Amino acid sequence: MNTASLDWELLAPEYILGLWAAGLILLDLFWGGLGKERLGWLAAAGAAVAGAVSLIWVDDTKQFGTLADINDYTTIFRVFFCGIGVFICLASARYVRDRLLHPGEYYALILLAIIGANGMVAAHELLTAYISLELLSFSLYVLTSYAKFDLRSNEAGLKYMLLGAFSSAIFLYGISLIYGATGTTQYAGISEVLSGDISDIEWSVYLGLALMIGGLGFKVAAVPFHMYTPDAYEGAPLPITGYISALSKAAATAFFLKLFAQAFLPLIDDWRYFIAALSVATMALGNLVAIQQRNIKRLLAYSSIGQVGYLLVGIAALSPDSASALVLHMIGYGITNLAAFTCIILYYNWTGKEEIYEYKGLAERAPYVALCLTIALFSLSGMPLFAGFATKFILFQAAAEQDLLWLAGVASFFSFVSLYYYLVIIREMYLGEPEEKTRFPTPWLEYTALTVLTAGVFLMGLYPKPVFDMVEDGTDSIFIGVTVDADDEAVAQRQSP
Amino acid sequence: MDIVLLLLIAIPLGVCPLFMLIPAQYPQLSRYLAALAGGSLFALSLLVFIVYEFDGGSGLRYTLQWDWLENVGFLRDNGITFYLGVDGIGAPLVLLNGVVIFAAVFVSWNINYRTKDFFVLLFLLVSGVYGVFISQDLFFFFFWYEVAVLPMYLLIAVWGASSQFGTFTRTKEYGAMKLTMMLVAGSVLIFIGIFALFVETGAGTFDMTVMREAELDEDFQKWCFPFFMIGFGVLAGMWPLHTWSPDGHVAAPTGVSMLHAGVLMKLGAFGILRVGITLLPEGAHYWAPVLMTLGVTGALYGAVSALAQNDLKYMVGYSSVSHMGYVLMGLASMNQIGVNGAVLQMFAHGVMTALMFTNVGAVYDQAHIRDMTQFGGLAKRMPRHSAFFTIAGLSSLGLPGLAGFVAEFHIFVGVFQADYWWAGGLGILAAAITATYILRMLSRAYFGPFNEKWADIKDMRLGEQFAAALLIVMIVVMGVWPDPFVDRISATVELIPGISA
Repeated sequence: MNTASLDWELLAPEYILGLWAAGLILLDLFWGGLGKERLGWLAAAGAAVAGAVSLIWVDDTKQFGTLADINDYTTIFRVFFCGIGVFICLASARYVRDRLLHPGEYYALILLAIIGANGMVAAHELLTAYISLELLSFSLYVLTSYAKFDLRSNEAGLKYMLLGAFSSAIFLYGISLIYGATGTTQYAGISEVLSGDISDIEWSVYLGLALMIGGLGFKVAAVPFHMYTPDAYEGAPLPITGYISALSKAAATAFFLKLFAQAFLPLIDDWRYFIAALSVATMALGNLVAIQQRNIKRLLAYSSIGQVGYLLVGIAALSPDSASALVLHMIGYGITNLAAFTCIILYYNWTGKEEIYEYKGLAERAPYVALCLTIALFSLSGMPLFAGFATKFILFQAAAEQDLLWLAGVASFFSFVSLYYYLVIIREMYLGEPEEKTRFPTPWLEYTALTVLTAGVFLMGLYPKPVFDMVEDGTDSIFIGVTVDADDEAVAQRQSP
Repeated sequence: MDIVLLLLIAIPLGVCPLFMLIPAQYPQLSRYLAALAGGSLFALSLLVFIVYEFDGGSGLRYTLQWDWLENVGFLRDNGITFYLGVDGIGAPLVLLNGVVIFAAVFVSWNINYRTKDFFVLLFLLVSGVYGVFISQDLFFFFFWYEVAVLPMYLLIAVWGASSQFGTFTRTKEYGAMKLTMMLVAGSVLIFIGIFALFVETGAGTFDMTVMREAELDEDFQKWCFPFFMIGFGVLAGMWPLHTWSPDGHVAAPTGVSMLHAGVLMKLGAFGILRVGITLLPEGAHYWAPVLMTLGVTGALYGAVSALAQNDLKYMVGYSSVSHMGYVLMGLASMNQIGVNGAVLQMFAHGVMTALMFTNVGAVYDQAHIRDMTQFGGLAKRMPRHSAFFTIAGLSSLGLPGLAGFVAEFHIFVGVFQADYWWAGGLGILAAAITATYILRMLSRAYFGPFNEKWADIKDMRLGEQFAAALLIVMIVVMGVWPDPFVDRISATVELIPGISA
């Protein structure tokens, strides 16, 4: 590869994030008077700038050598990931000031994780994707164990890292088998080989595919690769729990989607039911075990496992239509989840409590937070007016269109189950007697962030059209040059100018 | 006139943020706002009902269609539209909702605990109900259906009351959770039915006026219809899935019981008619005997259970199950007069059950018990209250000249016309049992020797009297002059495919 011919400027958002991360560490080191809180705001600003810069490539289709695409799909996710970063940094500001050491590195790692996530989405080549995945994962391992005097945090970090390393090895083995069988790591090249006669490489392809699904299953926390999730969620500092559940899951799913759409679509009849089975197991275990949880972080961990099941529905039903529905749902879920975590972080900052029964009387002491948390939880369970209903409806209908009506039915059933444990939290907030009647002080910055997120939940629920149109431009771009079913002529028409 | 339907949704949704802006220390302000909103909804609903022209055309009036999502994903032209329109079935139900919310505001006048939050949730509920009655797009139909279920948990669990029975307690949290979970479980089936229906019609749109034109495979209709029948049936109080209804209604505060039993249960029956029978007529024909059996069983079971209750509110709760059984019987007759009767019964039951809950609430607020054996001769101290309750009871047992008679008469004629002799006979038996439990209740609690324990009890508040009077006007008007209702309803019912004349 001739390095001189590469369009280096295509990676500008990543440079910004990297330099900003370095800058934060230096600032923390040399300017003690800056204050821990302001560092968080600065980090948020960095993520915002990177997100804004990535808008340069809206409606553009560029390639970074043979490694990565910069197209609408990448742009949507760059903006989305940077947005997650902004809100997590804002929500972290007080938490880090009060409870953690070394804020510079903390925020730097948050920004570095975004680089990894961007790379996973942009890559159209397995090794680039793998390295990006590791960058994301390592940032999160460190962040998970960041509360270094807290035993739970250390335990969580260690478990996450050991299991993560193991799954990376599995994933890497899968890559090597696929490379051995097809002779390329380019998605398009793999797809070309798999479209032909694969009878002599059949076993290594299937084994490689299974191993890759296993590795990815770990990253998205699909059953049976979910074991680390509850512990990692419970032990990690709260904003990081939110970060893992939003960023890591979205990035892995986006990567999953692109990889399977571009490289493995020819074999869809072989892996579709495998993924569907994973999806059912994930929804069932996540939602049923969540019912028994007493700690809100563990509850959200299991509920997020359940949510992964819904995302896998979209992958099992892979087609241009369901891809856009999946990404729409992912964005709606991300926003809702951030809103829920912002509420929980606020409550933790006030009281240091995280058991569900300790939420009693929150509606008396902080009505606005209780309202926003209620909205977020109703949205997660798929109630209307909020994001969850519209995006889940569209996603499940898209699955039904691909002859997976039964899977859509199972998914609807488990969203009904999830309503139960969300109602339990709502019951504590509205029916429990608070220990004290006094109102909590109002942190305006966090309240503003929460308001923006809640408005996003409503927007996605009441008028998702603009987002859906953008998302579809993005997902159409990953299907360019990919042979799709004959009945997807509409997509082919949209792609022709 | 075109925006009148939009206003029906926009007003209740729009007042929610206004309530939130009112400082909590001025509950009176929230009440006035609620009365204003309720009054304007009532006026608009009445307007929609009165000026609705029932002659000619497709039956849809005041239509309004906006694109919401189209040509993205699996959706084609007009994929999901915000499509409002009212037909002859919707018009009386819109009126019903307007009457009941206006009355419910006055009944809820002395809610002092978190007054504004209560009204926010109440009006959210109302917006969902209106939305279902006037949406012509299947996606939004279901959207509003879920909006109506959404606030129920908090409304019951926060403002409701637990019931003590000698050996055990039915807490309000239990009632609220049971109600919510059962209704949402029903929604899962509706969800699946909608997915399947959309794929099968293949038109790429959720517009129900387009979907009903599709020629659907008969086998598909046969397996798909039960999803809607059972899914909506849960909310319609269909036996044996009715068990949430007595527990939920009893636990709920009076105003919410009125709306829930009076209007929300109608959504279930309306859904069976609008989605199930209209879109899947052959499936409906195939399953009609089952629906008829479940309807009759519910009517009898509800009546017998009501007979066994000493708790006034449980009695009213079971009587709702019984009356909703009639509605299902009317729908299952699949002929014009029977379906007319079903819709008439929805209206009639809505106003009279709302009136009954108003009355029960008026006693309970003062006495703090609802056990009818503990009362006696209350008519001496509460003359107006007793008169109102008696009228509601007489309408419930089908006295000619009141709403219940008109509706039940239509239903029984339809059922006999459809050759369900056994069902018609059992239904009339249920009506006889209804008379028994209503008269038993009136004689135990209101007439006979006065129990001196209640010497201090007062008559209903003025607001409650107003609410009751409003509801009684509806009962009497429909009883003596049913033409406006029947004309509107039958003009639309005859357009439904699969309904015989």
